[in-house]
Amino acid sequence: MRIQRIPLPEQEAVQEESEELDLSVLDPLIDKYRNKKGNVIPLLQGAQQRLGYIPREAFEKISRETGLEKSQLYGVATFYAQFRLSPVGKNIIKVCHGTACHVQGAEDITDALEDSLKVKDGETTEDMIFTLESVACLGCCSLAPVMMIGEETYGKLTRDKAVKVIKNIRIREKQSNS
Amino acid sequence: MNDTKVIVGLGSCGIAAGANKTYQKIKELKGAENLDFELKQTSCVGMCYREPLVEIVDESGSYLYGDVDEDRAVDILDKHIGGGEPVKNYVVKSDLFDTGRDQEFLEGQVKIALRHCGHIDPESIDEYIAQEGYAALHKIAKENIPREDIINEVMESGIRGRGGGGFPTGKKWRFAYNYTSEEKYIICNADEGDPGAFMDRSLLEGDPHAVLEGMVIGGYAIGASQGVIYCRAEYPLAVKRLNLAIKQARERGYLGENAGGIQGFHFDIMVKEGAGAFVCGEETALIASVEGKRGMPRKRPPYPAELGLWNKPTNINNVETYANVPYIIHKGASEFSRYGSEKSKGTKVFALAGKVNHSGLVEVPMGMSIQDIIFELGGGIIGGKEFKAVQMGGPSGGCIPNYLADTLVDYDSVSATGAIMGSGGMVVMDETTCMVDVAKFFLNFTQEESCGKCTFCRMGTKRMLEILERITDGEGQEGDIEELEDLSRQIIDNSLCGLGQTAPNPVLTTIKYFRDEYEAHIRDRKCPAKVCKPLLTYTVDPEKCTGCLVCARKCPTGAISGEKKQVHVIDQELCIKCGDCYNRCNFDAIIVS
Repeated sequence: MRIQRIPLPEQEAVQEESEELDLSVLDPLIDKYRNKKGNVIPLLQGAQQRLGYIPREAFEKISRETGLEKSQLYGVATFYAQFRLSPVGKNIIKVCHGTACHVQGAEDITDALEDSLKVKDGETTEDMIFTLESVACLGCCSLAPVMMIGEETYGKLTRDKAVKVIKNIRIREKQSNS
Repeated sequence: MNDTKVIVGLGSCGIAAGANKTYQKIKELKGAENLDFELKQTSCVGMCYREPLVEIVDESGSYLYGDVDEDRAVDILDKHIGGGEPVKNYVVKSDLFDTGRDQEFLEGQVKIALRHCGHIDPESIDEYIAQEGYAALHKIAKENIPREDIINEVMESGIRGRGGGGFPTGKKWRFAYNYTSEEKYIICNADEGDPGAFMDRSLLEGDPHAVLEGMVIGGYAIGASQGVIYCRAEYPLAVKRLNLAIKQARERGYLGENAGGIQGFHFDIMVKEGAGAFVCGEETALIASVEGKRGMPRKRPPYPAELGLWNKPTNINNVETYANVPYIIHKGASEFSRYGSEKSKGTKVFALAGKVNHSGLVEVPMGMSIQDIIFELGGGIIGGKEFKAVQMGGPSGGCIPNYLADTLVDYDSVSATGAIMGSGGMVVMDETTCMVDVAKFFLNFTQEESCGKCTFCRMGTKRMLEILERITDGEGQEGDIEELEDLSRQIIDNSLCGLGQTAPNPVLTTIKYFRDEYEAHIRDRKCPAKVCKPLLTYTVDPEKCTGCLVCARKCPTGAISGEKKQVHVIDQELCIKCGDCYNRCNFDAIIVS
């Protein structure tokens, strides 16, 4: 079972200083799905799509304006792997851990990326550039081991190849910022 | 204007291999050099190991080119389109000459479910119709075929559920048909969650209309008015193409009022995106998820045929099952059932992956042997290594050892080995795969995906995983194997749904066929396949070491000492067994034991 928790208010406060959340982007979504049956998952998916993750305030707003219980929203959000309760990095690195990738050494790829990024699987780098994730199967088994960053898929990886991809993205990000 | 067509395979796997770049390059060249051909797209033909694939069809015939990166695209366009000379050594299949192994890969197959994949543009309803698409639906409307006759035809074809359960589809339809209700639903299970399986994704991306047509026919047969496709959110291209196909089908009247021209039959289909939970492949969990709840299975009976979505009679089939339906209705049950074995009719699509040369999608008649699939179609094991086992059925299935390679793939023969047919994942393993590690891998997966409702599944899988971790860490104890077997039995007996009932299969089959490997880990503290790192020792071969310092410089813990041009030594106390030195050494001087 995956266990996630909504961040405590004080932890949330730290993040809010850097970024003010604009929850009005949720209004059209809530209008569309209010009182529709089976609306919980689309509401949460929509909220995450607009905000990148589902902050505590979004749960509160959706609950207040649709009448759905917070416990119900939270129960669904924590059940499914898709939903994130904390902010993510600009680039989400999805390392495939399907069977084919596993037998071709996916573990090594995650290891190498953990070392290079100095984060654990599922965490985000301090500079918010990367989030490292393991996913079940990307369905590109013939290119194993594989990772996906944004729309781009990188196949037939080795430790060095994977780290090099990350380094290049970081350089690009730094250049575009300066 | 001549009729030359250049067709690029743009399925997810092709795109991952760079097909979009190839497509863009061809488009750019076409414009820049004013080349005279029609540029089109199709989806996956199943030859994943040769992606990106580009087919050129001209007046002389058809040529399927493999491994077409941008450079090769330039070369091919220049010589074939520009110079009129096909570049034969890049061709993987042609109707004009033999291409050896690649040819065998395609010709050993019988394509029913995948009949259009890689041959039509999945975003064009006209191309589907041109290939006898919606002909089954036309037939039903024109000949006014009664609903019972459709169910009988499906029954007679002998088709069984392609999602892995193997329940006869016709029977399932009859159950749903027999319940009277104002409202009924038909659901397509496209929540393909097995790690190592991608048949349904390729079908949805390559031939979405076939799935829709199958659902419309099923909907008419059982008396449903609404169809739902529950698709994994991880398949964005499939979702996009399905939505487009639904829009086109509505415009042409195959969905909506009097769907497909059948008077009084009103039917529509919507796509619901899953949110990432393996257990939602189980039908009652899937229904709960469509209703917006946590995707937890419930007790059956009542079966969905009686009380399904929104408590109405509901029929659920898998993607591949629906894709077969139009073929059965259009061509007749006997045309379908002439393939296959006595109790498993028709064909089955497999996703062939792992340590096999030709990885990709294959569709074969039921009853072909595993040996033939891996060695004839699959082209054998990568690097000529020894074939050790094949994993079928994903986390619910098991490993079939090499000496049972003559097992025929049909529901009953595969089940007899302890594995299951499953949805069609077939992961090939060689001598470098550790079977205890594989068992741990699957258990880790099911443990994480257990919804937590049944105690035995929730806690039992966790305890089993801990034992397996202990074994692969070199801390296994006598009695561990027996404890694994005991826990397995209890989990199987005391879980509500298929996830728990089958979760121990990977462990049980590996114990059954590879018990000696478990014992080597526990008693001798050795991993015969040299995979479980805590059980390995890395030493330097003094004969081969040239003292180049490459490993010593890169060792993350500084465990390797030695001067330039002198034999290096690994300090076993400091070594964390990361294997980095082994991978870097250019002289094979690192010995793993």
